[in-house]
Amino acid sequence: MTKKPHDSIDQAILEKAPVPDYLAAEDPFSRKLTCVDLIDQGLLELLSSLPADPPSSNEARHRWQDRVILNEIPPGSYVLDLGCGRGELMSRLINEMNVHGQAVEVDPEAAMAAMDLGVPVLNMDLSEILGDFVDDGFDYVILESTIQTLKEPLRVLDEMLRVGKKSLVSFPNFGHWRLRLELSTKGRMPVSPSLPYMWYNTPNIRVLTLSDFMDWARENKVNISAAYGLNSGRIAPITEKDNLLAEEVLLFLERPKKVSEL
Amino acid sequence: MSVDGEISSKDIHFADHPNSVGMITPQKVVLPDPMALEAGGVLDRVEMEFETYGRLTPAKDNAVLICHALTGDAHVAGWDPNPVGELKQFRKTKPGWWDQMVGPGKAIDTNRFFVICSNVLGSCYGTVGPSSINPATGRPWGLSFPVVTVSDWANQQIELLKTLGIERLRAAIGGSMGGQMALEMALARPEITMGLIILSAGHRVTNQGLAFNAVGRHAIIHDSNFRNGEYYEGPKPLSGLAAARMMAQITYLSEESMVHKFGRRLRGKDTPDFTLTGIEFEMESYLNHQAESFVKRYDPNSYLYMTRAMDYYDAALIWGQGDLAVTAGRIKAKTMVVSFSSDWLYPPELCRQLVAAMCQARRPVSYVNVPSRYGHDAFLVETDAVRRLIGSFLKN
Repeated sequence: MTKKPHDSIDQAILEKAPVPDYLAAEDPFSRKLTCVDLIDQGLLELLSSLPADPPSSNEARHRWQDRVILNEIPPGSYVLDLGCGRGELMSRLINEMNVHGQAVEVDPEAAMAAMDLGVPVLNMDLSEILGDFVDDGFDYVILESTIQTLKEPLRVLDEMLRVGKKSLVSFPNFGHWRLRLELSTKGRMPVSPSLPYMWYNTPNIRVLTLSDFMDWARENKVNISAAYGLNSGRIAPITEKDNLLAEEVLLFLERPKKVSEL
Repeated sequence: MSVDGEISSKDIHFADHPNSVGMITPQKVVLPDPMALEAGGVLDRVEMEFETYGRLTPAKDNAVLICHALTGDAHVAGWDPNPVGELKQFRKTKPGWWDQMVGPGKAIDTNRFFVICSNVLGSCYGTVGPSSINPATGRPWGLSFPVVTVSDWANQQIELLKTLGIERLRAAIGGSMGGQMALEMALARPEITMGLIILSAGHRVTNQGLAFNAVGRHAIIHDSNFRNGEYYEGPKPLSGLAAARMMAQITYLSEESMVHKFGRRLRGKDTPDFTLTGIEFEMESYLNHQAESFVKRYDPNSYLYMTRAMDYYDAALIWGQGDLAVTAGRIKAKTMVVSFSSDWLYPPELCRQLVAAMCQARRPVSYVNVPSRYGHDAFLVETDAVRRLIGSFLKN
């Protein structure tokens, strides 16, 4: 009497039943290798050598970039804030630094909140309006914690570099050791205070690390004139070496000078 | 009112309601000087009807100018205690056309602002127009009334402000044709217009808009009673005016709002009468009703003057030799532009052209495209969204 083929290879292996003919008869995933054990061993060693800094508190993480930006942007600058959220940063830039501000925010609720703070907001998708800003029209263009959510991040970066003399980009660094550890040991997408989402509801569709971004900048001759990171509640200037330690990063970009500008 | 939005009864505040400006008597002023007009010609005596709400501060820094739409008037809010003439029936049952927005504690808060609205030149609600008596002849002007433009209306407002001793506007606010006029205020007098709110309007009408206006005028001009505009002593070209209004009314709605309001329902019956001339559908009945009510209170000649002024207006031509970004660069006002998703008379794409031009000119601007099924009517009907936006704008 022949057994009925199983639909799942796991079940088939468990019950030693004949596998259906569309599945490989032998274990193609080499389950016999206990690589998981090896990873565990290696990471334990790594772990013991790492500083046991706690993750940044919610309070320290909250709008940490704003402190740098408010310090770095000279009063009276022309500033464009892309994805301004509820307008906290832009309203401070306008009120405290007297900047000429323009903001863009696609979420109607957030845009309304920004307007309530007196921020001029275009309630539009970035791709609808970016092309309308003139070359070098702004001293600074800010893209705070947004690039990882964009469908066309390169188009937005190109436009930022075109319309801004300097561009400020911040994003959660997926290269941070805690996230690496979580993925490699738990085998699940990391959930952290910086990334409090599940795979099905995360807005973060562009998963990138500090090193990834630096590679892109090098390849495209985009100059990174300053870089800051957040680690364990502290803000500090960073280099590419901090890919393992920076929970979130803020980079100041400048496009390569054209020959005519040199 | 310009377009008849369906205002729900809960939004109607009677004169004794704490949020109503109460009984408001229209005011008249005769400008001290003759007015030269853009298209040529001079109006020696400019009499204007206007209304004000709230109190002007001693510093005179709280004035807000509201600009009415195509067939609107100066009666923005509250109740007219003594409506006269054609407006009698209309004003007895309705408060001002933007009563939902203007009053104590409302979005345009008359406890804070001194709100002004005047009837524009060429209209038929108390400011000189083709139905007024020409002092030179002692008879109505008719088509001998000079052609007026949106620029003339802006000048007219500026003259009115002078007579009221006002040197600065906290905001000029308008929807539809009123939005064009508010824009023109900010362009013609950037130094006095500190704020600008444009609802459902752009720097000009679309080509479709030009076309609709042409059909409306055609219906009036080819009504056998028109007699080159000299109809004041006989029957008026009301059938032409009714056709113009019916067609315009279609452009104020959207397919979706029509389906929602009327669908294909028959009027007071379940089966058709198979008649060619009677009214069968609710849709037809609505248009007829709107037209009947409109022709009782509007002058056909004024309809020609108003639509022509709308047609001619092109802010880019006036201020930027065709370049809208150069034009937008003149604006000093804090600006908000609001469009409505289903508006096909002043579609979001048109409103966005002005927004884009302001971006090109590095002028700060706020823009919202409100999702709505009400078509062009939305600027009067989407009261919650508009209230929220204007309230937020004026708060700062």
